[in-house]
Amino acid sequence: MNTQSNTYTFLYASVMVVIVAAVLSFAALQLKPRQTRNIEIEKKQDILKAVNVASTPENAEELYSKYIVKALIVNSEGTVTSDDKNKTFGVNLKIENSKKNVVERKLPVFVFEKEGVGEKMIIPILGKGMWGPIWGFISLEPDGKTIYGATFGNKGETPGLGAEISKSEFQEPFTGKQIFDEAGKFTSLAMVKGGAADGNPHEFDAVSGGTVTSKGLEAMLQDNLSSYEKFLKSSK
Amino acid sequence: MSDKEPLFSAKNRKLLKNPLGSDNPITVQVLGICSALAVTAKLEPAVVMSLSVMAVLALANVIISLIRNTIPSRIRIIVQLVIVAALVIVVDQILKAFAYEVSKQLSVFVGLIITNCIIMGRLEAFALGNRPWPAFLDGIGNAAGYGLILIIIAFFRELLGSGSIYGFKVIPQAFYDMGYQNNGLMILPPMALITVGIIIWVQRSRDKSLIESN
Repeated sequence: MNTQSNTYTFLYASVMVVIVAAVLSFAALQLKPRQTRNIEIEKKQDILKAVNVASTPENAEELYSKYIVKALIVNSEGTVTSDDKNKTFGVNLKIENSKKNVVERKLPVFVFEKEGVGEKMIIPILGKGMWGPIWGFISLEPDGKTIYGATFGNKGETPGLGAEISKSEFQEPFTGKQIFDEAGKFTSLAMVKGGAADGNPHEFDAVSGGTVTSKGLEAMLQDNLSSYEKFLKSSK
Repeated sequence: MSDKEPLFSAKNRKLLKNPLGSDNPITVQVLGICSALAVTAKLEPAVVMSLSVMAVLALANVIISLIRNTIPSRIRIIVQLVIVAALVIVVDQILKAFAYEVSKQLSVFVGLIITNCIIMGRLEAFALGNRPWPAFLDGIGNAAGYGLILIIIAFFRELLGSGSIYGFKVIPQAFYDMGYQNNGLMILPPMALITVGIIIWVQRSRDKSLIESN
C-alpha cells in the first residue's frame, strides 16, 4: 500500500484520532468513580487536619463521620439555611465565590466535636496563588474569633517557595491568631515579610521567596472569612 | 537482525548502558534540560518524574516501533505526539485513581513529560527504525540516563538548598546554631542549570572522546 498518498494519510489520521479518543474516554469513564472518591477522602482528611486530627486515607471516612457532628450552610446575614451534612460537603466553593451577590453565596461550616477538645467550627476557603488555586480549612474556637488550626493546600505553587504553605511548619503558627480585633471588628490576618511581630495575633509570616503566594493567601483569608462575619459574631 | 538474537545481546546491552554515560540524553545530547531545571528542587519529584518518563518513553517507543511501517512519514511527528500525549493522560488518570498521593506530586509535571524533547527525540531517532524489543530497551536506557542526572542534580540542590535528602533533615541543628544557612539560591532554577553545567564539565574532562575536535 502506498503510505505516502493523501488518502492514506487522511484515513490514517482519522482512524488514529478515533481510536485514541475511544481509549481515553474509556479510561476516563472507568476510573472516574475511584478518582471522585479519592478527592472526597482527601477533602475529609483536610477537614480533619484543620482540627489537628491525623487520618489516613483508610480511616478518614470513619473519623469524619465520628467527629464532624454537624455541617451547616449559612449565608452572609448569619442565617443557617441548611443543616444537611451531605449538602454542605458538596458545596462547590469555586461556584459560590464567583457569585457577585455575597448574600446568595452558600457558606459551609463544619462543626467538630471531640471529647477533651470541645467544639470547633471549620470553614473552608479557596483563593488564587501564583500558578493556580490554593485552598484550605480554618478551624475556629466556639468564640468565633480565635483560630484553633489551619491547613492549606496548593495545586501548583513552586516547590520550596510558595508550596511551603502546605507544610505544617507554616500552618502551626496560625493557632491562636485572632480574626477580630479587641473592638470586635473583623480584621482577618495580614501577611508580614520578614516575620510577624511576636505576639501580634493579626499577622502571619510570609513565605520568603513566595510573595505572590503569601499575598494570595492573605486575600483568600480576607475574602472568604469576611462573608462569615455576621455568623461568627452571632455564635459568640 | 534474526529472531534468534539473544534478548540481551551485546548490542542490546549497549542500548541500556550508553545513555547512562557517553550518550547521556541530558549531558551529551543536551535534551530535556527544561524539565531537569523544573523538577529537581527536591529529590522526591525528581524520582517520580524519572519513573514516569521511563514508563511513557518505553511504552511510546514500543507502540511507535510496532506501527512504524504504517505511519505516513508526512504526519509522523503528529502521530508521535498524539501517542505520547494519550499515554501521559492515561498514566495520569491511572495514578489519580490508584495512587492518589503520588499523582498529587506528579500532576504539575505531567505536562512537562509531553513536551520532553527526549521522548520525541528517541521516537524519531530510534523507534521509527527499529524493532519493538530494542526500542523498549532504548526507552528504558534513555529514561534511566535522564533519571540519573535528575537525581544527581536534585541531590545537591536539596542538600544545599533545604538541608535535607529525600525529605529527611541531614544537616544537624548544631550547624545552624553555629551560623550555617541553607542556600536559597539552590532552590531557584538558575542553580540547576549551573549544576548541569558542572556535571557536563566533570564528565567531559574524564571522557576525552566527548570533546569536539575543532
